[in-house]
Amino acid sequence: MTQIKRALEPWLYLLAPLALLIAFFLAPMGMAFYISMLDYGHSIFAPSFIGLGNYQLLLHNPHFWQVLWNTLLFMLAVVPAMVVIPILLSLIINHQLKGITLFRALIYLPVVVSLVVAGIAWKWLYASDGLINYLLSLLDLPKVGWLVSPDIALLAIALMVVWKGVGYYMMMYLASLQNISQELYEAAQVDGANWLEKHWFITLPQLRPAMAMVALISTIGGLKVFTEIYVMTKGGPIGSTETFVYYIYDQAFGNLNLGIASAAGFLLMLVILVLSLLNIKFFYLKAENEALNA
Amino acid sequence: MLKKLGIYAVLGLLAVLAIGPFLWLLSTAMKSANENIFQYPPQFIPAHPTLSNFVSVWHAEPMASYFINSFVVTGLAVVLSLVFSVLAAYPLARLEFKGKNTVFMMILATMMIPFQVIMIPLYLIVLRLNLVDSASIPGAYLGLVIPFVVGGFGIFFVRQAMTSVPKALEESAILDGCNRFQVLTQVVLPLIKPTLATLAVFTFMANWGEFLWPSIVLTKPTMYTLPVGLVHLQGAFSSNWRLIAAGTILATIPVMAFFLLLQRYFISGALAGSVKG
Repeated sequence: MTQIKRALEPWLYLLAPLALLIAFFLAPMGMAFYISMLDYGHSIFAPSFIGLGNYQLLLHNPHFWQVLWNTLLFMLAVVPAMVVIPILLSLIINHQLKGITLFRALIYLPVVVSLVVAGIAWKWLYASDGLINYLLSLLDLPKVGWLVSPDIALLAIALMVVWKGVGYYMMMYLASLQNISQELYEAAQVDGANWLEKHWFITLPQLRPAMAMVALISTIGGLKVFTEIYVMTKGGPIGSTETFVYYIYDQAFGNLNLGIASAAGFLLMLVILVLSLLNIKFFYLKAENEALNA
Repeated sequence: MLKKLGIYAVLGLLAVLAIGPFLWLLSTAMKSANENIFQYPPQFIPAHPTLSNFVSVWHAEPMASYFINSFVVTGLAVVLSLVFSVLAAYPLARLEFKGKNTVFMMILATMMIPFQVIMIPLYLIVLRLNLVDSASIPGAYLGLVIPFVVGGFGIFFVRQAMTSVPKALEESAILDGCNRFQVLTQVVLPLIKPTLATLAVFTFMANWGEFLWPSIVLTKPTMYTLPVGLVHLQGAFSSNWRLIAAGTILATIPVMAFFLLLQRYFISGALAGSVKG
């Protein structure tokens, strides 16, 4: 009797969470894969089965490649900034000064507010007669059509995303910084190293695992950018800010092309999976080994 | 001394860059109707500061509903995700049973699935289960949180904390006549309070700002959460930036207050979330 009870006990705890996980993760996952093989072109109510046709269609669609290109550009603008700028910020806020916690909190504040709020605030800054164009005029620079010029809009959104994200990565780096042994710095001091040398030869190598982590998280974040774009440009002007997830959303809930949207969703998952594995294999493990050997 | 001043100057500049956009929004929200908000050069301090825009936007939009909905949805998400994470984490951390590793790997694997992949079927399921605002209000609330109450991250995070609780403590509690469930609630949970607080704040942040899912399932303006409501407001008052700014500022007040009160947990919650990516 007690044996049966003991065997059943773990499942009593797991029952509700697992049921929910199956109903709201695994089942939708299977459904999504099935939907990705349906063609909704003729009717949303009577789709026809076309196997991997949607995937083929996507990979031969120049519009989809344009979307991928936009996403790549966005990541190229965001990821390096997210990896580098927060290192400098973390070095500054690592000083033990009076009131430093207040400054940390203020610099962290953009992380806390929602994306919608941040998007609206920046849309206002980017207005044609807005604050940023005024500040440019003080430097005798011409007005920029931040969110209305197809060449600039994606970068303008990237700038806002960097502004909102750097505080987060700053805290990640700060945690790593505070784990670096002070003895390393003291030894460098004895050897007569200056500020730059100390950070170049000690801080940066020690931060490499953290940098790999930041690169991975901000890459995945960049791939999934959506709310910022929905709030600020809705994919425009002329599709210049239409990125991966915006495309999925638009196909699903704008065009009601659920098959294409689901297929694109699986391609997104594939990209994320590959990037994660590559990052872990080449960057994270290597960085960790080097940190151990250092 | 000079170096210190230099650091403070840099810190001050960074702080201004970080909060400047909010201050500018606040300034706009407090400008009266007869003040030109596109004035050149811009007026940082309103000539005649007024709170009337806040009052107007509160009446023009169901702002009170947005706040209530956001609080209910976020509260529900926090409580449910704590309960389910604890329930799933405990046997994975402490009990031996067949299939344990398989279950754990399956739970971890869900962390790799981007929400965008499952959102369409999820919508169909929620619709079928009547967990939408056209069916009932409690149903709508449940439908808004149900995709986010069980997740690999929360379970993983709580399990890690539970494995660090000394087994001897639990064994002595069992000798004292506690059953397993009492051990969990009276011995283990009090010891991992900081972890639970961190997870609570993490879940709060994720759900408070969530836009994609509510924008898909919600159809009635009185059921909108703040992010959806703000986007709606931005569309409805496309040229009236005083009202848009006022509504946006109002929406940030709760989260900023929470942040100032619970700063420590906000930051640990964010860092814990980095595991999730």
